[in-house]
Amino acid sequence: MAAHPTTVELRKGAYHDSVTLMQVSRQVAGTEGILAAQVAMATELNVEVLTGMGFDVPAEAAPNDLVIALRGESEDALEAGRGAVESALAGLRSGGRAAAGLGEAPPPRTLGSAARAAEANLALISVPGQHAVTETFDAIQSGLSVMLFSDNVPVEDEIRLKDAAAQADVLVMGPDCGTALVRGAALGFCNVVAPGSVGLVAASGTGAQQVMCLLDAAGVGVSHCLGVGGRDLKAQVAGRSTKQALAALADDPETTSVLVVSKPPDDAVLADVEDVARGLGLDVHWAILGAGRPDLTAAVESFLAARGRTVPKWPARAAEDEPPISLNGTESASGQGTALRGLFCGGTLADEAMLVAGDVLDAPIRSNLAHDENLHVSGQQRVDGHVIIDFGDDEMTQGRAHPMIDPSLRLERIAAEAADPDCGVLLLDLVLGHGAHPDPAADLAGAIRAARDAAHTDGRSLPVVVSLTGTENDPQGYARVADVLADAGASVFLSNAAAVRHAVAQLPGGTR
Amino acid sequence: MSADRQSANLRGLLGAEPVVATAGVGLFADALRDQALTVIEAEWQPPMEGTEGDLARVLADPRRAQANALAAQRMTASTATLVDVVQAKDAVGLERGTFLHAGPPLEWERASGPMRGALIGAVLFEGLAETAEDAEEQLAAGVFELEPCHHRDAVGPMAGVISPSMWLYELRDEVHDNMSWCSLNEGLGKVLRYGAYNDEVITRLHWMTDVLGPLLQQSVRSTGPFDITGILAQMLQMGDEGHNRNRAGSLMLLREMLPGLITAEGSSTDIAEAVRFSGANEHFFLNLGMPACKLATMAAHGIPGSTIVTTMARNGTDFGIRVSGTGEQWFTGPANTPEGLFLGDYGPKDANPDIGDSAITETGGIGGFAMAAAPAIVKFVGGDVPFALQATQRMYEITETEHPMFQVPILEFRGTPTGIDVTKVVRTGILPQINTGMAGAVAGTGQVGAGLVTPPEACFPAALAALAAAVDD
Repeated sequence: MAAHPTTVELRKGAYHDSVTLMQVSRQVAGTEGILAAQVAMATELNVEVLTGMGFDVPAEAAPNDLVIALRGESEDALEAGRGAVESALAGLRSGGRAAAGLGEAPPPRTLGSAARAAEANLALISVPGQHAVTETFDAIQSGLSVMLFSDNVPVEDEIRLKDAAAQADVLVMGPDCGTALVRGAALGFCNVVAPGSVGLVAASGTGAQQVMCLLDAAGVGVSHCLGVGGRDLKAQVAGRSTKQALAALADDPETTSVLVVSKPPDDAVLADVEDVARGLGLDVHWAILGAGRPDLTAAVESFLAARGRTVPKWPARAAEDEPPISLNGTESASGQGTALRGLFCGGTLADEAMLVAGDVLDAPIRSNLAHDENLHVSGQQRVDGHVIIDFGDDEMTQGRAHPMIDPSLRLERIAAEAADPDCGVLLLDLVLGHGAHPDPAADLAGAIRAARDAAHTDGRSLPVVVSLTGTENDPQGYARVADVLADAGASVFLSNAAAVRHAVAQLPGGTR
Repeated sequence: MSADRQSANLRGLLGAEPVVATAGVGLFADALRDQALTVIEAEWQPPMEGTEGDLARVLADPRRAQANALAAQRMTASTATLVDVVQAKDAVGLERGTFLHAGPPLEWERASGPMRGALIGAVLFEGLAETAEDAEEQLAAGVFELEPCHHRDAVGPMAGVISPSMWLYELRDEVHDNMSWCSLNEGLGKVLRYGAYNDEVITRLHWMTDVLGPLLQQSVRSTGPFDITGILAQMLQMGDEGHNRNRAGSLMLLREMLPGLITAEGSSTDIAEAVRFSGANEHFFLNLGMPACKLATMAAHGIPGSTIVTTMARNGTDFGIRVSGTGEQWFTGPANTPEGLFLGDYGPKDANPDIGDSAITETGGIGGFAMAAAPAIVKFVGGDVPFALQATQRMYEITETEHPMFQVPILEFRGTPTGIDVTKVVRTGILPQINTGMAGAVAGTGQVGAGLVTPPEACFPAALAALAAAVDD
């Protein structure tokens, strides 16, 4: 590797968002003779990734600097790579918006300015977390409800924003809100579901997506899905957005019942919110994900039963049992590892996996979501035993696109886990819908096939289970994606809880 | 599409067609467009470095929105009337031995060439020194008091030096009961405000004091007061921007003053010379537009929580701003050197850093902010016509309001961008666009050109930090 020439260039004050830079990186990586290309903002995480790729990033690199790192087969290839970077970046500048004709107004630069220009009623803010509070205040003061996708927002700021929002009679959905559906408009990561009468209030993004997809599979439509942010029902934030959302849904003629999707709320906050719901005369149900509580699938099943609807058989495709592994003509005694390795993009799906698997596994699960200090690991860290990693966690997204958009870190990790003899089953999620990768199946199926082949070559069997959240009407199409994954040898489940149970059952001597 | 009853909660959000404004990841905007929704994308960039904490704090200040609305309302409701012409010693009580100058406070040691030249000239003019060397020695020795014009509610173009014997226009804002003053314009070429102080300059200053000032005073007293705001509104529709292009405004002002001038007591030779002098000077009006803008910004000053800029001024060394919500404190940075077109053989190396109180015009919503109204100005300050149109439109991104009276015909009579908001400058990195004259860097040179300039970035994060410190917890 050392023989190949590399270049690392730092540019001050050249900001682009992480998704755009991911696309630039891909474009440049496709240049002939370029072996590796990363064009990214120099956040701590990205510098770590670059260092891992063998690039030497200057110490003065700061998060607002653009770093261009290339490795080529030759100096000529490197030069071609540099040219490709320039043309890709120039392409961004000339992308229709830059060239204004005589008298044409330059593009708005702040949320408030954009809102005024279009008389908007809703804002979607996904700037880096440390800048999100300013844009959100601007939106609130301009009279807009806000879906605040950005994470890394301090809880004190969240409270200030929500108080200002209540005063202005607008809603702050977030921070760290991945999913919302407002009168048919899918914001952020959101599935295409039939319109209907169920209003969702969601303190968790992928949890809401799982619930709306299960409802859709059961033939039940959704009126709106109002996100509130993962901390809204905790004691500090005290349900500020949830109460506003419930009041709005109570007043909405399309909505007849409400399902609140959340991690365990604070007891006092829950009681308070239930009081509010009663006062509104609202039919409220809860899908609360926590120890000793029903999983999301079970919560949806009770909701359907309460409304007199039939619970359908949830879509599931179990792969055929693995044939016995034979190596050099002799059957291996130790043909499968014993650890569960769950690699998730959806935070709530990962949480649910921790709960469901934790109930049936004897040994503890290490995770970057674990609250127990002894079990907490960084998402970048490789450890023994059962592991569940959320690649969408704050630490994994600083200056990087969410793994639902940029799957590269997880794809690398799938390959790494496959090479580990300890790994007995791979549990993965995949979330479809607007905002997510337009064609996630190809990459993931390739990684699954490669992982299973690598294990087989090594004399091991490696079952792969995918929790696939989506609907047939999603841009990617549920059945098409499920087919591609099943062809790669994976078992595919719509119910995340069912996927987790199936995965655990694949472990040798696994608890059943 | 929805039922009869619509939810009134959240401003009717759940019953209305969603129109989404986005900032951040472009992919989310694309996903909305794919759903055939109306989307507008802010071309967001990170704010000036290290400002995110102060920005969040100031944006959260519950006083801010109302304070800025009030500042904007006061700024645009202000009126300016020319009510008198008075000597500085009477108008602003200027003591013998005290000299006012443009920009933020300044010591002789740090003064640039044109500022030194103008101060030397003023000392000679007041008869406080026999020679330029003598004047310079006394100035260096700290014999005289130096004070910003702004500290006496006055403004002066370029070096802006005002001494007690000079005549000042006196303008009044009847709505807010404020007064402001500005010196008489000396014309172009070798003039005191550009730092020239030879005999020709001093002789002209004496003529202005002995002849022009008293005649103008008679004119205003006999046929005034004159509505200056009205002239400003009209001149923008006649191709002026009120800072570096004042042709229409100057003619309109002369038209107002002529009857009073020609009937004034004085020799017909003196009157003829006063009329010729005023009529020949295409910046005759600048010295009225400036105090008119000063009155507007004064009206907006001193509102707790307001982040609106109420002063931008340069002394040839520093650029300083003051902000409505932070009182009399100046936030300064090293003045930039303008870029533009040069007179004769002069070139960029001859130009002094930015100087003058005339950036009060941009602070009040004209000048560079009204450049779209004055496309012809690009022949004087550089750039091209699309640039002039863009410049005005870019300023809407950093201003609070649109001026109801100052309108730009080519932008469908849109009001000029008015009331620079510190938070918007810091958030967007867009700096106020200033059109300006360029003084020679060497004392005594005079004007070398005209061009475009912006404040140094540093003024704005500093002002923001002070605004943040003033927010209650």
